[in-house]
Formats: sequence, C-alpha cells, structure tokens
Amino acid sequence: MQSGKKNQNSEATGWLMAFPATAIIGLFIIVPFLLGFYFAFTNQRFISPNPTEYVGTSNFHQLLDLGVLTLEPERDTATQEIKKDAAGALTYPTVRSLTRNNPDMPYFNGMREWFSWHSGDNIKVVVARDVVFMKAIVNTFIFVLVVAPLQGGIALLLALMINQKLPGINFFRTIYFMPVVVSIVVVSLLWRFIYSGDNGLLNALLGFFTFGAFKPVDWLGNPATALPSIIAMSIWQAVGFHMVIWLSGLQTIPVSLYEASDIEGATSWQKFRFVTWPGLRNTAILVLVVITMQAFTLFSQVAVMTQGGPVDSTQTIVFQAVQRGYAKQDIATGSAISVILFALVITISLIQRYLTRESNT
Amino acid sequence: MSTPTTSLKPSAWRYVPLVLVALIFVFPLEFMIMSSLKPSEQLLADSNSFRAFLPVGDISLNNYVAAFARAPVALFLFNSVFITATTVALALFFCSVAAFSFVFLQWRGRDTIMTVLLTTLVIPIEIIAVPLLLLVNQLPWVGLHGFSTGWLNSYQVQIIPFSADALTVYLFVQYFKDLPKELIEAARIEGASWWQIYYKVIMPLAGPVTATAAILKFLAMYNQFLWPLMVTQAEEYRPVMVGLQYFFQLNIAWGEVMAYLTLITVPVLIFYLLLQRAFIASIASTGIKG
Amino acid sequence: MKKLIFGGMMMASLMASTVAYAATDLTMWYHGAGNDVEKKIVMGLIEDFNKSQADFAVKLEQFPQAAYNDSVTAAAVAGKLPDILDVDGPVMPSWAWAGYMAPLTVDPAAYAKFLPGPIGKYNGKVYSVGLWDAAVALVGRKSVLEANGIRIPTVDKPWTGEEFDAALLKIQASGKFEYPFDLGMAWKGEWYPYAFSPFLQSFGGDIVNRDGYKTADGTLNGAEAVKFGKWWQSLFTRKLVPGTSQSPADRDTGLASGKYALSWNGNWAALGMVDKFKDDVVFMPAPDFGKGPKIGAASWQFGVSAASKHQDGANKFIQFALQDKYLTQFSDGIGLIPPTPESAAASNNYKAGGPMEVFFGLSKAQATLRPVYPGYPVAAKVFEKALSDLANGSEVQATLDAAADEITKDIEKNKNYTK
Repeated sequence: MQSGKKNQNSEATGWLMAFPATAIIGLFIIVPFLLGFYFAFTNQRFISPNPTEYVGTSNFHQLLDLGVLTLEPERDTATQEIKKDAAGALTYPTVRSLTRNNPDMPYFNGMREWFSWHSGDNIKVVVARDVVFMKAIVNTFIFVLVVAPLQGGIALLLALMINQKLPGINFFRTIYFMPVVVSIVVVSLLWRFIYSGDNGLLNALLGFFTFGAFKPVDWLGNPATALPSIIAMSIWQAVGFHMVIWLSGLQTIPVSLYEASDIEGATSWQKFRFVTWPGLRNTAILVLVVITMQAFTLFSQVAVMTQGGPVDSTQTIVFQAVQRGYAKQDIATGSAISVILFALVITISLIQRYLTRESNT
Repeated sequence: MSTPTTSLKPSAWRYVPLVLVALIFVFPLEFMIMSSLKPSEQLLADSNSFRAFLPVGDISLNNYVAAFARAPVALFLFNSVFITATTVALALFFCSVAAFSFVFLQWRGRDTIMTVLLTTLVIPIEIIAVPLLLLVNQLPWVGLHGFSTGWLNSYQVQIIPFSADALTVYLFVQYFKDLPKELIEAARIEGASWWQIYYKVIMPLAGPVTATAAILKFLAMYNQFLWPLMVTQAEEYRPVMVGLQYFFQLNIAWGEVMAYLTLITVPVLIFYLLLQRAFIASIASTGIKG
Repeated sequence: MKKLIFGGMMMASLMASTVAYAATDLTMWYHGAGNDVEKKIVMGLIEDFNKSQADFAVKLEQFPQAAYNDSVTAAAVAGKLPDILDVDGPVMPSWAWAGYMAPLTVDPAAYAKFLPGPIGKYNGKVYSVGLWDAAVALVGRKSVLEANGIRIPTVDKPWTGEEFDAALLKIQASGKFEYPFDLGMAWKGEWYPYAFSPFLQSFGGDIVNRDGYKTADGTLNGAEAVKFGKWWQSLFTRKLVPGTSQSPADRDTGLASGKYALSWNGNWAALGMVDKFKDDVVFMPAPDFGKGPKIGAASWQFGVSAASKHQDGANKFIQFALQDKYLTQFSDGIGLIPPTPESAAASNNYKAGGPMEVFFGLSKAQATLRPVYPGYPVAAKVFEKALSDLANGSEVQATLDAAADEITKDIEKNKNYTK
C-alpha cells in the first residue's frame, strides 16, 4: 500500500518537475523546428504577399540532386573524327550546353559542374543542382574532421603540460582557459586584424621570427588558407575548455599506477601509452562528442570573417541556412537546410554512440 | 586538483613551453586592450609590429569617452547582464528539476520525453530563428501596460525561450546518474518529499555541475547576436552584441571599436578571473562524469 | 551609478511624454544610430515638425545602419512596423510589393524639383522620397595624375574604358603606390551592387533584364556582361586593386595615407578628402565602357507604413521634411547631395564653386537606378557573391551563368513578383 501511494506521488511530482523545462523546450525549440520542418515542404518566403503552397520535396531536390555527366570529345559532324583545337588538345561541349534546355536529359536541367576528372578521352563531370550547398556540406565535414581530432589532441597536450606539479601552474591554466570566456564575435573581429593580408599581425610576427624569410600570406583572402585560418582560430578559442575536461580525466588516474610503471623503468611515452591513455577512454568520448556537435554548427566565425568566401571556401551548412532563410528571404530553403543538418547530426551521433557503446556503461 | 608541491625542484626550462603557449593565448586580448588606448591611426600603424602589444605613443582613455558618447554602452551592458543572469537562473532551476525527475522518479512517458528533449541538443538557434520569430509574435503577455499580443521589443522575448535547454538538462542528467541511489532511498524512508530531496539532498551535491552549466549558459546568452537583432527594434532592450553594430559606421573608428570590445569583454574576464578556481574545478569534476 | 543613469533616462522620457501631450504619437524608424551628427539633424527636424502643428508628435527610434534591414524585415514579418520608416531606395519595391508600405499622399509639388534619384517609384506610384541623394566618383589627386601625364576627365568628357585602364597601368608602373586603384572591396553588402553594377551597365549588361523583370538570362551572363566580368577579374589578376580581403581600415584611410592613387568612393567620404588634400583633390566621373558613364542612384528615403493608423500624419511629416532648409542641413552635416537646385545653392559644399559641386552634376548626368523590382534584395546578394567570386578567380562565364540562373529562378519562384 505504502509503495503504491509513493508511486502515485512520484507520477504526479515527476510530471510537475519535468513540466517547465519540457514546456519551454517544446514550445520554443520543438514547435519552431516542426514549423520549419513544415516550411521545408512549402514555398514559404520571408516577405511575400503570395499564399504559401505545398511543394513536396522539391526544396530538397533543389539542394541535394546530384548527377554524373560524361563529356565526350567533340567530333566533326561529317567525318566523325575527333576535333582538336589549334594546340592539339581535345575539345569538349560545355556542361551548360547539356544542362540547359536539353529535352534529352530533363533531370540535369539547370545543374552545374561541381568537380570533374578525366577518364580516357572522356571527362566525367559530377553536376549538382546546388553547388554552393554541396561545398558547404564538404567544408562543414572538413571542419569537423580536422577540428575534432586536432582540438582534442592539442587540448590533451595542454592538459599534460598543465598536469605537471610546478609552482604557479594554476596561473598558466587560467591563461589557457581565458579565450573560452571571450565572445566568438569579439574573437573573430580581433583575428580579422591578425590575419590581415598586407599589414596583419600574424604575417609581421612570422616574418620577424623567420628573419624575413616568410612571405606574407593573405590568410582570409586565399581560398587555400581561409578555412584553415578559421579552423586555427576556432581551436585557439575553444581548446582551453577541452583541456580542462582532459585534465579532470588525467587526475582520476591513480598515482599508484605511475609509481608502479616507474619501478618497472617505463619511459614517458610508455607511461602515456599504457597508463594514461587507457585511463582516458571515457573522457575521450565526451571530448569527441562535444567538439563534433559544436563543430557542425559553425557559423559566427564565418559570418564575421569571410561570409563564406573566397569562392565558397568557407561556406558552411548553418551559414547557408541563415543566408538563404534570412538574407535571401527564402525561408523554405533555409528550413530544408535545417532539416538536412538535423538529420546529419542525429545520424552521426547515433554512429558515435554505436561505436563507443561498450565503454558507455 | 593539482596542488603544486614545493618538494619538487623545477628547473626554469620547464616553464619555457608553458610561457610560449601562454603568449599564444594572451596576445589577441593584449592587442585588443592596448589598441583601445590608442587613436585609430596609430592603432592601425602599430598593428603590424610589436608596438601592437605595448602601451606606447599617444595613450589615453579618449576612445572610451567617445564610445560612451556614441552609444548607450551602460544600457547595453545592463541589458546583457540582466538578460543573461535571469536566463541562467531560470535555466538552472528548470533544467535541474527536470533532470532530477528524469533520473530519480518513475513516471509514464518519462523516457520518451527525455529522449525527445535531449535530441534538441543538435538544433542551433540560427536554424529555428525565423519560425521562432513568427511564433513569439503570436504569444500573449500580461505586463505593466495590461494585456498585449506579441513579444517583440521586450526582455521576456530574449529570456523565456532560452530559460530551458537540452544541454543544461543533459549536464544535470549525466551528473545525477552517478550520484549514489542510497541517498534517495534513505531520505524516502525518512519520509522526505521529492521536492525536499531535490533541494536538501541532491542540489547541495550538485555544485560542480551547476557551476559548469551556469558558465556555458552564461557564455551562450551573453554572446547572442542574431536573435536579439531580430527582436529588438527598440534601443532600450538591446544587448551588447547588437550594440556593437553602432560602431560600424562608414569610416570606422577602430579605436572606439576596440574600446567597446574591451568594455564588453573585460567584465566577463574579471568575473572569470575571480571565480576561475571554482569554474575550472567544476568543469573538471563534471568531465569525469561524462 | 547605474541607478543614476536609469533615473536620468526615466526623467527624460517623462519630459518627452509631457511635451507630446494631446497630440497623436507617430513612431519613426531611422538608420542613424551611432552617428551623432545625423541624429542631431533628425532630432532637430522632428522637433520643428512637432512644434509646427498640434495634431501629431513624431517619436524617433534609431537603429544602427549595419543591422537596419535585418531588424526591420523581422519587424515587418511580425507586423510591427512604425508609422514612418526609413528605407534604402532599392529595397522599397520589395516592401511595397509585400504590402508593408503605402503610396505617399504627399503633394507632388513638394518634390517636383528633386533630382530623380531620391524619388522612390514602383508600379507608377511614389512610395518614398529621400532628403538627399548619394553619388560615387573616382577620387584622386591632380598632382598624381599630372605627374603621370594622365588627362583629368570631366563630366562632359569622361575617360573611356581604355583610357581608364591605361591610366591605372601608368600609375602602377610609377611604383609609388601599393595599388593604383581602390574599389572598396572591404565594404561588403549593398556597396557591391550600388557601386559596381553601374560598371556592368556601362558595358551594356545589367543585373536583371528590366524589360518586364522576368529573367536575368542574357543580361547578367550575355556577351557584354562577360566582357565586363573579364575586365573586372583582370583588375584583380593584374594587381590593380586590392581584393575582397582588403581590411576596412585600409578602405577608409588608404587614399589619404598614399597606399592608393585613386579610389571609387561616395560623396559621404568626400569631405574628408577635401580636408586632407585641399585643392589637390579631384572628383572624376565614372569611365564610359561603351554605353555611357553610369553611377548608382537612390539612397535612404522616407516612406509610410501600410499598417499605420495615421497615414495622414505620416505624410504630413514627410512633406514637412522635404523643405529646402532640411535638405541643406543634411547635406552640410553629412556631406550628402541636396536634391534640389535651391538646397544645393544654399549648401556649403554643393553651391557654385563649392568643393563638391561636381557631385550634383554627376548625380544629374550619370545616376542610374538599381533594378526597380521586389526581388532586388535577393538579386543584390547574388550579384555581390558573383563579383566576389570573380575577384577571387572563378571562371567568368560559369560564375555569371550561375548568378543569372539564381536570379531568374527567384523570379519564377515568386511568380514574376506580380501579385
């Protein structure tokens, strides 16, 4: 009897306690998300006098459709011989001539070249309906794949440095953590100065330390260096946070294990490999998951520093969602991007959970 | 935590890498603060040499005076602090109590609701901003001036939608899961109600996770930009990040920009430096629970 | 401290509301937050209006320009627009089409003498009027041009495209400048279509086909546009201009500090140049790339919200604001072009013999409106991206094709922007 009453009590109290958070998250995150999910299947505009219409999955097709075209060398219409230009090179029809008003290939209508490669005399062209969005997806994945291990690794290195028993070590720990508490917008503005091409601080410092051997680089203005520059800055800003998480992991490893390995004459590397690392497994999973989640939503740095350029080298999924939904007033496409992002991140977190399942006891 | 022991004899060289790394973390902030003291032309001229880090040349607080004249900086700071503090307090309460319910209480639908809530962890504000705007514009409010519809231009529109979030719930859930169940059992046998257990038994043990959640929430709120920009058409409700836009005129006065950046960053830095021991200790102990 | 400040603010707002007693409040939004001079002039204008009659009291809400359009669009969507609002000329058709703005009922005589740029017309109706226009010119120094043996162009005889190109190469060869010319690539956003689409038009292309506004195919990616694109890209490949990563600080100070020899800049920045170089400064017209020299027209303008319950009052205010003395005040304060001959004659800078008189002529002779259709905000973003990509080396035809496609697709998606 007693326990039955208790359960009833816990039923009501449980609901009551969970209610405020559930209601707020439900109303202000889930409902707008579902609303966005609905917009993704319509032609909703930010401002428009036209009524909203259901358009099925066309927004997703616009964003995601891909195809492969094979370009054959042009042949002389009469002789069927392969034509060559003055320099002796083969000539090919343009992609646009095939993807525009071409009744033979209705699926390809309006598509653009994403990338291509030679296969014998032919050229294989991967075409996409929305090349910019494809680049945004690729860049986001690059960002995640580089940042997750690199930031995690550097953070671990810093944690090992900070874990030394030295007087004043707390001072350094404080300093390393400091950028974490500075707004990413502020950080991005400062680094725009630092990365500046002609008279930036970074070029000046690198020039100084290499005695002038270093040639100035236009860090954010060059498609090859823009994304790496954003990656470096993002790591600089966030690494302190993960350093502290590692540090906590390090400090849970019993000192007796290190003492034992000292007795056996282990080198520093052996100690790290066989004592420290195994003890950090759970921490590693936490660090990896948190960094991955954050990395997928890369936005502010891009918005402040590069606006997706130069030549789409820093486009990201969230930046595109905001660009389409807000700046270009196309809420439907912006919402479709949000849905795609959501599906991607959920998939990846499920995979991560599956891969790390044994240790997640 | 690592309490340095004096029994070790550190050689100076062990500090070399520590100091070098410290310089990397400090130099942009140093650059910001020094630049805020210089006239714009000098700031720009200095920005490609070591002078960027030194208080040399024409040093004054003129940029700060000018920044206060250009924009109601004190108002923006007040708004940001008020909005952030209120949101953090609400979120800590709502989310810890929900996490408590998810972890310790049995009720129908619990697991489903928790799973759905935690899934929203991956939805950033940027991608729901527009539908959220349409939504809050339809919501009723009862305030000093009576009943009204639409939350634009208010504090509540910047506070309430963020007063609970999946990350905060998640942090508390992870932490509560590792607390010994016996504590609860004992208190139940003594006849304590669930609410009593929440605030007398569990929350006193939740200091570290509360601090971690508070810091993360604080940073996320203080740094909000897109949302306040969309919902504050009246100056009186604008926070610091929207205020930043006041400084991007034609012919940007960079000295003033640096002064403003310093003004909005330094309070957070001081807050952090004062509490850094607790900050880091708390994050560290939450980390273990992951 | 804080209490003091807030006490002060409360007092101020109390006083403001006693002044407004018995009159109907009109709210007005303006983009000048953070600009003290501009704020003072607007406040003065509002004060004069409020004193001039007893029916209406205008109250000002200020926005920082950099966030104005985003913030106002959000408010428009939420149906929370003020009575009187400030709108960037080319954005007006979008808001008018969406039903956010009402046509003006101001007596047309009030703006009969205006330059064409400040008058915002859409579908044959006037929706907004500006108290000024803005113009862009090639800013340079006589001494530099003369030293390099370059002819100084005039409104009657501007440089041809070839002359312009040759001039840049000559200056580059002199080796005295980091770059011979500065386009202002650091100013992202509306600057790109405003400042650079006239070049495209001078080549014979355009952002969109203005004949019915149904497509951009052929105008943005036709032969003339490609010619423009190649020339544009060559400015960057030949290192004649700084690229998209130019720092905003260099944009602001580069000409004055001698980094650049010429700059493509607006009249709002002209006062600084006059101060710096005195008589040596010269404001020159846009080059003629074949279809005549062209510069952008239309700046910020005032309009009336369709949701306003007091449209009569809002129109009354706008009519009041169109008086010559306010036109002159704005011009004197922030260097903008006064839109009538009278206000120009009364102004410090645009009167006969004034240092910026030439801009009035430029505005009259060369000003071309940006495409007047509701899809402009989208087309502007697309155009901006295309020009950035070209500056960073993307293939010209493919880039312009993609831009033309996107603009056309947007028009189709919006059912040709007809209601």
